[in-house]
Amino acid sequence: MEHTSLLERILRGAALTLVVIFFMFPIVWIFMMSFQTNETILRIPPQLIFEPTLANYTALITGKLITAAGTLDIAFMRNLWNSVFLSTTSVAVSLLLGVPAAYAFARHKFRGSEDIAFTLLSFKFAPALLVLLPLTLYFQKLGLANTYIGLIWVYQLICLPLILWIVRGYFEDIPADIEYAYRIGGHSWFATFRKIALPLAGPGIAAAGLLAFIFAWNNFVFALVLASADKQPVTVGALAFITSSGIQYGQISAAIVLSITPTLALALYAQRYLVEGLSLGAVKG
Amino acid sequence: MASLELRNIVKRYKSQTVLDNLSLTVADGETLVLFGPSGAGKTVLLRLVAGVIDPDEGKIFIGDDDMTDVDAEFRGIGMAFQNFALFPHMTAFDNIATPLQAKRSSQSAIKAGVESVAKLLKIAHVLSHKPRALSNGQKQRTALARALVGSPPLLLLDDPLRNVDAKLRFEMRLELPRLLADRGATVVYVTQDYKEAMALGDRIAVMSQGVIRQLGTPEQIYREPANIEIARLFGDPTINLLDVKPARDARGIYVGLSNVQVHLAGAYDTAVGRDCVIGLRPEALSFVEEGIPGAIPVTVEAETPLNEKIVTLVRTVRGREILVSRPAGTPGRSEGKAHIVVDGKSALLFDHASGDRIGSKNVVALRNGEAA
Repeated sequence: MEHTSLLERILRGAALTLVVIFFMFPIVWIFMMSFQTNETILRIPPQLIFEPTLANYTALITGKLITAAGTLDIAFMRNLWNSVFLSTTSVAVSLLLGVPAAYAFARHKFRGSEDIAFTLLSFKFAPALLVLLPLTLYFQKLGLANTYIGLIWVYQLICLPLILWIVRGYFEDIPADIEYAYRIGGHSWFATFRKIALPLAGPGIAAAGLLAFIFAWNNFVFALVLASADKQPVTVGALAFITSSGIQYGQISAAIVLSITPTLALALYAQRYLVEGLSLGAVKG
Repeated sequence: MASLELRNIVKRYKSQTVLDNLSLTVADGETLVLFGPSGAGKTVLLRLVAGVIDPDEGKIFIGDDDMTDVDAEFRGIGMAFQNFALFPHMTAFDNIATPLQAKRSSQSAIKAGVESVAKLLKIAHVLSHKPRALSNGQKQRTALARALVGSPPLLLLDDPLRNVDAKLRFEMRLELPRLLADRGATVVYVTQDYKEAMALGDRIAVMSQGVIRQLGTPEQIYREPANIEIARLFGDPTINLLDVKPARDARGIYVGLSNVQVHLAGAYDTAVGRDCVIGLRPEALSFVEEGIPGAIPVTVEAETPLNEKIVTLVRTVRGREILVSRPAGTPGRSEGKAHIVVDGKSALLFDHASGDRIGSKNVVALRNGEAA
């Protein structure tokens, strides 16, 4: 242990506290706002001491938003469910398609494999708004507009390239000899994929899945254009809090707290895998 | 039963030819060592036999079966890799058990099989460990156990002693021949260590640049190397190579070394008058007293005792450096002026231009694929 003086320790502690306050402030403020009414929030100067209320949460969970202009129906819980459903299904579909594809790109250099892999990545370069207009027209023709299937399909643009490119790197990191050894031992290529490649790339797949989930969860513009009220995720649903009688800061805050909870919980749970997975070389024996 | 035959194998990577029309036969139960510098194509050859890469041309036969287009898992081969290639997420036991699991053996048969091979290789006490908890030596033994456990009729060992320390390598060099002989398997063993090649091989195939340069018993390779390159690769300290021009007199063919005529035993008629290189093994040279016929005057430059032998660096009057090796405890000179004699029978003569060995009995030099 290096020797540190008392002063040094105090200064270091103070600096750390400042940094934590700086980064945590918005989240803490939102958390506090979620327990206040619009009146207390908009008070000038803002006050740290207030009488907490659960009215915002009650309104969100019951779906009745009471404003000065009257009662509004709010589909927040429905939106939250849509977010969970769309993100989970999209990531699941992406993993199902992307992981075997990543393995193929990593292990089998076929004609045009690099081009195909790059084309998939290039989907992420295209500005979403540019893609949306033709996509909307096609979806309306095909009857995919405002369907879960259509949205999950479009979400593949977000999830699939991410998973494909991250997981491919992990597969490439596994020494080919390890897989050869298993095959020479008498196992089929599919058994080798399942019993050797998948477990060894496991942390990478978990990390890629988690990232894809966060990206899918945070998506706004695809769902805004392609889904109507009953299929919208929370990101779009939050627009409903901008009402004719003003912006419902309290409800927005409560909605934010509720909507970041699943991703936060998932991230905390998977943090170990994320760190392990993102620091490459984790599979080296 | 499990002989191996390669017929006219060609393997190219992009424009580079890694194996060039290579043919090779390994008899049932024989241990063939593939020896050569890195990049010679040894590992590629092994992988072709294993079936994890495909040849561009040529056929591979195991026993009587054409295995050229058969997938790796159906070839019934055991293979150990230079980097061990253990499965990092499985215990040593599970690593070794994988070939038996592939055969759908019963749990008890797997347990018995793994434990017996583990006992043989002295790793029974670490079977529950994951590879990262094993020492290099234990990893290497685990990899070897995995290759052996299914009693495959054909074993491919890709420089398995490369990444273990010197002590263990020496131990395994002693242990392996018996282990392999007991199994009765046909073995192809890749190494870059000539001592390993000499210790393990029934025959040695010397490879360079995708071609087998010489195929023969360890004795043949050492005594009658096909060219300078092979002579230099086998032997420690390395062979002394000196430019000479053989001539003939009444007693036969001789070369001049420091104005001393050294007569050569052997059919070197074609070499007379040509630019040649003479190869003198350090152990074919010995120190003698002045005045003995054929004694060459030298100056001792340095002496290195190597336990079982002593290597002396000497300089001839013409300034050429020569290594002399003698068993420890035998008389020699450690400084000053000295005289050495050459054992004319064990001298090797090479053509200066081509590097090929010249003339003489039992030539085992082999060009591409003329496997005996």
